[in-house]
Amino acid sequence: MSEAGTLVEVDHLFKTYPVADRGDRLVLDDLNFRLQPGEIVAVLGKSGSGKSTFLRIIAGLSEPSQGEVRYRGRPVDGPVRGAGMVFQSFALFPWLTVLGNVELGLEALNVPRDERRKRAEAAIDLIGLDGFESAYPKELSGGMRQRVGFARALVINPDVLLLDEPFSALDVLTAETLRGDLVDLWRDRKIPTQSILMVSHNIEESVEMADRILIFSSDPGRIRAEIPVPLPRPRDWNSPGFRHIVDQVYTILTTVPGGAAGKRARGEPGAEGQEFTMRIPNAPTQQLSALIDTLMESRYRGRADLPDLAEYQNLAVDDLFVLLDGMQLLGFAHVGGGDVELTPAGKAFSNAEMDERKRIFANHLLSNVPLAAHIQKVLQERPNHRAPASRFLTELEDHMSEEEANDTLERIINWGRYAELFAYDYDTETFRLEEPESE
Amino acid sequence: MPSRLWGQPVRRWRDRLQPNFWDLVAFPMLFGLLTLIVVGAGGMTKPFDLGAPLTISLDGANLPYYALRTVLRMFIALGVSFLFTLIYAAAAAKSRMAEKILIPILDILQSIPILSFLTITVTGWIALFPGSLLGPECAAIFAIFTSQAWNMTFSLYQSLRTVPLDLQEAARMYHVGPWGRFWRLELPHAMPNLIWNMMMSVSGGWFFVVASEAFSVSGQNIELPGIGSYIATAIDQRNLPAVGYAVVTMFIVILGYDQLLFRPLLSWSNKFKPELEPGLEADRPWFLTMLQKAGLVQGFRLLFAESGRLWNRTVGIAFHRLLKAIGARDGVPMDRARSMPRWVERAYDLLLAAIAVYVTYRLGSVVESQLVLPEVGRVFLLGLATAVRVMVLIAIATCVWVPIGVWIGLRPGLTRRAQPIVQFMAAFPANLFFPVAVVLILKFRANTEVWLSPLMILGTQWYILFNVIAGASSLPRDFQYVARNLGVSRWVWWRRLIIPAIFPAYITGALTAAGGSWNAAIVSEWVQWGPTTLTATGIGAYIKMASNDGDNARLILGTGVLCIYVILLNRLFWRRLYDHAAERMRLDDV
Repeated sequence: MSEAGTLVEVDHLFKTYPVADRGDRLVLDDLNFRLQPGEIVAVLGKSGSGKSTFLRIIAGLSEPSQGEVRYRGRPVDGPVRGAGMVFQSFALFPWLTVLGNVELGLEALNVPRDERRKRAEAAIDLIGLDGFESAYPKELSGGMRQRVGFARALVINPDVLLLDEPFSALDVLTAETLRGDLVDLWRDRKIPTQSILMVSHNIEESVEMADRILIFSSDPGRIRAEIPVPLPRPRDWNSPGFRHIVDQVYTILTTVPGGAAGKRARGEPGAEGQEFTMRIPNAPTQQLSALIDTLMESRYRGRADLPDLAEYQNLAVDDLFVLLDGMQLLGFAHVGGGDVELTPAGKAFSNAEMDERKRIFANHLLSNVPLAAHIQKVLQERPNHRAPASRFLTELEDHMSEEEANDTLERIINWGRYAELFAYDYDTETFRLEEPESE
Repeated sequence: MPSRLWGQPVRRWRDRLQPNFWDLVAFPMLFGLLTLIVVGAGGMTKPFDLGAPLTISLDGANLPYYALRTVLRMFIALGVSFLFTLIYAAAAAKSRMAEKILIPILDILQSIPILSFLTITVTGWIALFPGSLLGPECAAIFAIFTSQAWNMTFSLYQSLRTVPLDLQEAARMYHVGPWGRFWRLELPHAMPNLIWNMMMSVSGGWFFVVASEAFSVSGQNIELPGIGSYIATAIDQRNLPAVGYAVVTMFIVILGYDQLLFRPLLSWSNKFKPELEPGLEADRPWFLTMLQKAGLVQGFRLLFAESGRLWNRTVGIAFHRLLKAIGARDGVPMDRARSMPRWVERAYDLLLAAIAVYVTYRLGSVVESQLVLPEVGRVFLLGLATAVRVMVLIAIATCVWVPIGVWIGLRPGLTRRAQPIVQFMAAFPANLFFPVAVVLILKFRANTEVWLSPLMILGTQWYILFNVIAGASSLPRDFQYVARNLGVSRWVWWRRLIIPAIFPAYITGALTAAGGSWNAAIVSEWVQWGPTTLTATGIGAYIKMASNDGDNARLILGTGVLCIYVILLNRLFWRRLYDHAAERMRLDDV
């Protein structure tokens, strides 16, 4: 019982991945979604929120663990016919010319040679690469390669365009131009595409292009909110309407949801086994200190509006939020309502000299991150003050996948080294308490 | 700079078929090639019975014909290797169950010395083609095939397993079926590595071609017409000038191979690489340019393309129908779990284990029935002797060639000129020089234990040199500047910068050289000059003598022990070193 005209229907979608020896990990949690003709929908979220997985399930490249996905009323059971996909890494075949790459989809559809050539050349012309038909991808810049990616998708006359962070790998100017060209083509109906579903991690880009924005939360991925963008096109980044919606998005993204997910992010001290379940954000100390220092600048004086901060520091959603998570976890800042504010400890950190900074950092690390305290305790208890990394990895792997355990340990090593809490020897893969020996 | 300009209009086939200057070159070459193939092939099927004499004339005028036969053998083997590679590697890469048995088998096959293959299978081949020369020919070709196929198969297998995920997704999204994906995505992706391996195999293969043309079966000597047999006859008759003619002929052959196949193929394979590699866009080989421009050749390409389409329409569609019939569906999600139920896998593993145990038992009993335990012990000691020899030689070659390689590698102009020469020398079969060495040893009554050893590394030392050159030439400039800027001393420069930086490349070269030396041991620990025989203690001599006597039990024992040594050394020593080097010396972070 599918609704007439709806291009994509997603009902109660769940996706789990098996983790070695540990059962399954939930990646997507009960998603429901409709894509109607005539709209551009952006899917926004931090990396790891499952948005790419979501797109691939809709495209038919991946299978749902539970739930139904329908494309034009028919269940999706393999790569969907009539949808074109554009990839973040362009995914062009290096040994085919521009023309060869664009013709790829048409060949597979058994379009006769002459018609194929004509349609491909028309698509290449449309996307602005006329004259480059016989060039190889390696001769082209990033922006031109992505144009080829678009031409390849458009030449098959798709009803739906599926875009997987198509502008992330491009520089700012090229991305802007390409975005504008794409929306123009769509609005002027130069392409038969009815709807576009785009995954992005750039807030401004999503607000510029989309009619509505789905905001994903991570771990597991869920649709946290849906924001309509009723602004007329072309959209001006500086208009009040635009900034208002951007603020809305930031607010949603920084509101820590109540319940388990939030608690886990903050980590209640004293809870059993917290050492090995807390996720450490990828926030290297260099960048943390830099961001804290920025917040102490006269411009902000310890408190900043997030969109403004992101623009000022030229940070994408992913980078900014990861650092904010780190700052919050360590107790140096508080994030909420679209703003970030330094705590007294954070201000003290910024005002201190290098040695004092390390001391403050070490204190906060020990009190807020149980894993660091655990490592230090183990090292102190052992007679030679050394412990192999594998010991901690095994403990971590009881609670998370192997890859996550490796990442967590790497990040704790970065923090621990800065705090001079312990040292780590890469070659022998051991933690130790004393000074590193010179070779 | 790439030699083509953007914005060139797509050229229609009609334009490309116009005759031009390059046709003047292409036309005679093509017809010459066809004639040669016909003449050579005719010679291969002449009637022959075991025991009939095969005379090799030492008259220099016969050398071109013998060269032709040798080359023909090499390229037939190459064609068969390529087919084998496609089928075997595709099977191993696509099916987990096939992979479980195919890859270990390949591992073992790779360690078996080529000449053992020859001796063990020759009677079988002769029985297959009674009364014709084709029997021994196939035996020789099979031996050469084994020197090429395993490398190529591994290379293709690795490449098939590392196709970039985004390209796979794009191919599926645009509905390219499995047949199409193999020919248009997976194989092109594998091409650069495969072609490189193919060319390296052929380069290394000249050695075996020469060594496998003269052999004995059940006490009868067979000498297939070719340069190898020519040399063997020359040795028999102690004719040193004849050896000289053979060397010159081989030189011309290798030069031809280098110019007409190696360089053009390597240059063409750049087309499959995702990015332009700086500094490697050397002068375009003239042969490649000819192939791409001559109208006649374009005609062939058109023919080839059309037959490719026909091939796709017939075999490709048949393939898809077959897939449908067995229930496999194209266009299935990529992550659909495709594993068999667990009990099937377990049963399969048990079956494999049972087969392995049975085979070992049978082989063991064959060996045991004909030999006694002390013999086995002796063979292991012989293996040890050869192992020591190989290691010492590698060490010496390292001390000599690494400094030279680094010196060349740090100078780009010199590198560009030197690399082709070194690759040429690596291709030239060193066994052509063995008679010269033997004569010298006899003349100076030198100790064979010591002085036969360098023969083992004569042909393989070039691998160390040219890998070190490659490693040194890819050292980032910045490192050299830092060293110069800080004014580091010579010793520190070597220890802290150069050696760690080229270590992975060096290990690759040393590993290849070691492998080649083990193979070479069989023909360098036991050498002849007329009626005189020189031997050194080692497993190579053991195997050679066993094959001369037609003693299959000893042959199997010797081969088995050599395999064990090679596999153990590879696993415990070389691979560990390589992994350590690759991990530690990595510049990027993954």
